[in-house]
Amino acid sequence: MPNTLKPSERMKIPRQHSIEQPSTERTKNFNEVSFGLNEELALLEAKRCLDCKNPVCIDGCPVRIDIPGFIIKILEKDYAGAADKIREANYLPAICGRVCPQEDQCEIVCILGKKHEPVAIGKLERFVADYEMANNLFKSPVVNNHIDKKVAIVGSGPAGLTCAAELVKLGYKVTIFEALHATGGVLRYGIPEFRLPKEILDIEVNRVRELGAEILTNFVVGRTATLDELIDEMGYEAVFLGTGAGTPNFMEIPGEHLSGVLSANEFLTRVNFMKAYAFPEADTPIKIGKQIAVIGGGNTAMDAVRTAKRLGAEQAYLIYRRSRKEMPARVEEVMHAEEEGIEFMMLTNPLRIIGDEFNWVKAIECQKMELGEPDDSGRRKPIPIKGSEYIIEVQNVIEAIGQKPNPIIQATTPGLGISKRGTVVVDNKTMVTSRPNVFAGGDLIHGGATVILAMHDGKLAAASMHEYLQNVDKEEKVTK
Amino acid sequence: MYKIIEKQKLSETITKLVIESPRVAKKRKAGNFVMIRVKEGGERIPITIADSDIEKGTVSIIVQAIGKTTKMLCSLKEGEYVLDFVGPLGEPTPIENFGRVVCIGGGVGTAEVYPIAKALRDAGNEVIGIIGARSKDLIILEKEMGEVCNKLYITTDDGSYQGKGFVSDQLQDLINSGMKIDGVYAIGPIPMMKVCANVTRPFGIKTYVSLNPIMVDGTGMCGGCRVTVGGKMKFACVDGPEFDAHEVDFDELIMRNRTYADLETISDKTYEEHVCKLEGVK
Ligand SMILES: Cc1cc2nc3c(=O)[nH]c(=O)nc-3n(C[C@H](O)[C@H](O)[C@H](O)COP(=O)(O)OP(=O)(O)OC[C@H]3O[C@@H](n4cnc5c(N)ncnc54)[C@H](O)[C@@H]3O)c2cc1C
Ligand SMILES: Cc1cc2nc3c(=O)[nH]c(=O)nc-3n(C[C@H](O)[C@H](O)[C@H](O)COP(=O)(O)OP(=O)(O)OC[C@H]3O[C@@H](n4cnc5c(N)ncnc54)[C@H](O)[C@@H]3O)c2cc1C
Ligand code: SF4
Ligand code: FES
Repeated sequence: MPNTLKPSERMKIPRQHSIEQPSTERTKNFNEVSFGLNEELALLEAKRCLDCKNPVCIDGCPVRIDIPGFIIKILEKDYAGAADKIREANYLPAICGRVCPQEDQCEIVCILGKKHEPVAIGKLERFVADYEMANNLFKSPVVNNHIDKKVAIVGSGPAGLTCAAELVKLGYKVTIFEALHATGGVLRYGIPEFRLPKEILDIEVNRVRELGAEILTNFVVGRTATLDELIDEMGYEAVFLGTGAGTPNFMEIPGEHLSGVLSANEFLTRVNFMKAYAFPEADTPIKIGKQIAVIGGGNTAMDAVRTAKRLGAEQAYLIYRRSRKEMPARVEEVMHAEEEGIEFMMLTNPLRIIGDEFNWVKAIECQKMELGEPDDSGRRKPIPIKGSEYIIEVQNVIEAIGQKPNPIIQATTPGLGISKRGTVVVDNKTMVTSRPNVFAGGDLIHGGATVILAMHDGKLAAASMHEYLQNVDKEEKVTK
Repeated sequence: MYKIIEKQKLSETITKLVIESPRVAKKRKAGNFVMIRVKEGGERIPITIADSDIEKGTVSIIVQAIGKTTKMLCSLKEGEYVLDFVGPLGEPTPIENFGRVVCIGGGVGTAEVYPIAKALRDAGNEVIGIIGARSKDLIILEKEMGEVCNKLYITTDDGSYQGKGFVSDQLQDLINSGMKIDGVYAIGPIPMMKVCANVTRPFGIKTYVSLNPIMVDGTGMCGGCRVTVGGKMKFACVDGPEFDAHEVDFDELIMRNRTYADLETISDKTYEEHVCKLEGVK
């Protein structure tokens, strides 16, 4: 059914909102907060799209999903078709529909947003993907082309999964090497169940497997085999590095050695990856006090503080040195956190962590900040207010102040160009590193970005790996 | 799934397991460890690689059963499997020809110092071994250490076997006797490593210890294994686990390792009760 409404009529429809678990309920469980749009709401929301001649939303999407294209399919109630349309550009729609910062990407440029609220593109993406899953409509594309070349992907996060899917579709034999015992990278160990259920992640990862990618877990490239051994001994002709930015930064303030101080990575890994919420049925423990503080303003901080609340913290503080406006977290998560009773302490900077006689955290000393002139990042620089120090009682401090790339591969691979920040240097058109057969993307090159950027890099890299591998063939023929 | 090819009980609480993992066998060097998960829902724990056989594709580990996970591991039988086994992790021991080195193993730490002693011997060092435990039946790898050391000293806290006292006392005796020592490797319980560091410090003898903080991933991702060395924060799983003993803040490590002690007791207790019930059925 095509959209018969006139633009003026479409604009009268208000933006539709997801059905959500009430905030009083959801802080007591790890179930998904948002249930997304149901069919009726999705159809109404889809009607709002103006099907623009120049669909700027597509430009806003890092992987360039044909947004009006899939929305039209929703109106036709061809949900499987809509999902396939998305999958032409994005093989992980159920994940992206849940975690992409749409408000900064496709939705910020949506024409409708000029005067009204933008189309809820992310919610529609999620609806389509969920509908397809719930009704078993997915059919794995058949790969007919087979190229007798082996390609290695290091890391099974969104960058690696995407690069793998693209290369398998082109016909290559692809192996993904993953250091941990399960796939997904941050999608599994970082992002909590209440935002991205493991079941959804498993389904989308399995689709990459069904497509034909082999996944080897428990394999740390650099240690189990070096990158050079993958190439020289195991016969991989090109490698994509998608090892992410897994190493947490610490504030380097006094008291960080105290028990009860954790990086968000450790905290979330214990809970999400090792299932510490189910202790003692699951063996990995976690200890959360009645009052906890999380430092940071990104998605990681938001996930950590909301997780702590669910583990029983009565007062969960979010301490951030700038103001609410500068917080890099997704708007939806900030809103949800607030609804769940997270206490935001903005323009506040921790000075030291104070311990008790058992070496456990008992308090944190903070200082108030004010915003000064914009710094290099374009954001206004926080400046301490003298004499504003104060102490709050907490039993845990969780630091979520960013991360840098894991150094294992860099340290064990000669000739790989590395920046001062420890990121791998690539040509940003081809994603090739300083070594012609090694490509890289995702957080490893950005140092902490987004799922969709990682996927964008994975796609770009796959295309240029294909080109490289074809050229190698040509060169071989010439030299022969 | 990684198959247990061989199992040998070395003492009441210490078990040697030979596990199939050709890749790890091939790559491992002295000082490396593996992360093991015994079963679904289980913890990831670090265990040092004691030895390997490249031809058979096997890796030996020596495990002291102290809590739930190590008890489960030690209860596995030949032919059974561990779910996850990943490595080799950590920076390998920097092996050079120092001249004369003393390799000290306390308790199950002997399993960790053995591959280092062997590598040091192969690198041309004169290797003096000191191994110790609380009592006679807890001494492990006496024969193996004897084979790689030019001279091996054994101590027991209770005097039930060979010299009475601590390994550190033996080290002190050697130094006092005027023996020229070019390097020391000391691995065992944290207090033991701390004392050894204190023994060698006044003499400026380069001393290495292998730290055992609580780990989760073992790949540098969680920051849980952080230790203070020379006033700087280091991640034992990627920067170590071996560090310059004179720079390590041992007291901090001891405190941090107690973080989950009460919860670990709960975990252990429920496991023990479970095992007892099963055995009761038999
Ligand atoms: C808590 C948290 C919440 C977030 N929320 C959002 C969000 O809502 N929206 C959003 O867009 N982004 C979010 N992000 C950021 C996003 O998750 C990352 O940008 C994205 O996952 C990066 O993908 P990647 O593939 O580059 O790396 P990762 O997801 O980090 O995956 C890297 C993988 O490589 C593996 N690996 C590392 N080294 C090796 C090795 N040597 N050998 C083999 N394997 C190796 C790792 O184990 C890991 O599985 C969040 C991040 C965190 C930490
Ligand atoms: C690099 C490294 C190499 C190691 N090599 C060996 C080895 O070769 N053989 C061996 O038997 N053990 C080794 N360990 C110690 C082993 O990892 C712990 O004994 C194990 O994690 C305890 O797990 P559990 O569940 O059985 O006991 P838990 O119930 O978790 O712990 C029991 C007690 O052990 C202490 N403990 C907890 N976790 C650790 C830890 N990671 N390291 C040390 N003590 C801990 C705590 O004080 C706790 O109260 C090594 C540790 C590290 C970090
Ligand atoms: S810009 Fe907005 S209204 Fe226009 S096609 Fe894209 S989603 Fe639809
Ligand atoms: S164990 Fe996680 S960083 Fe070392």
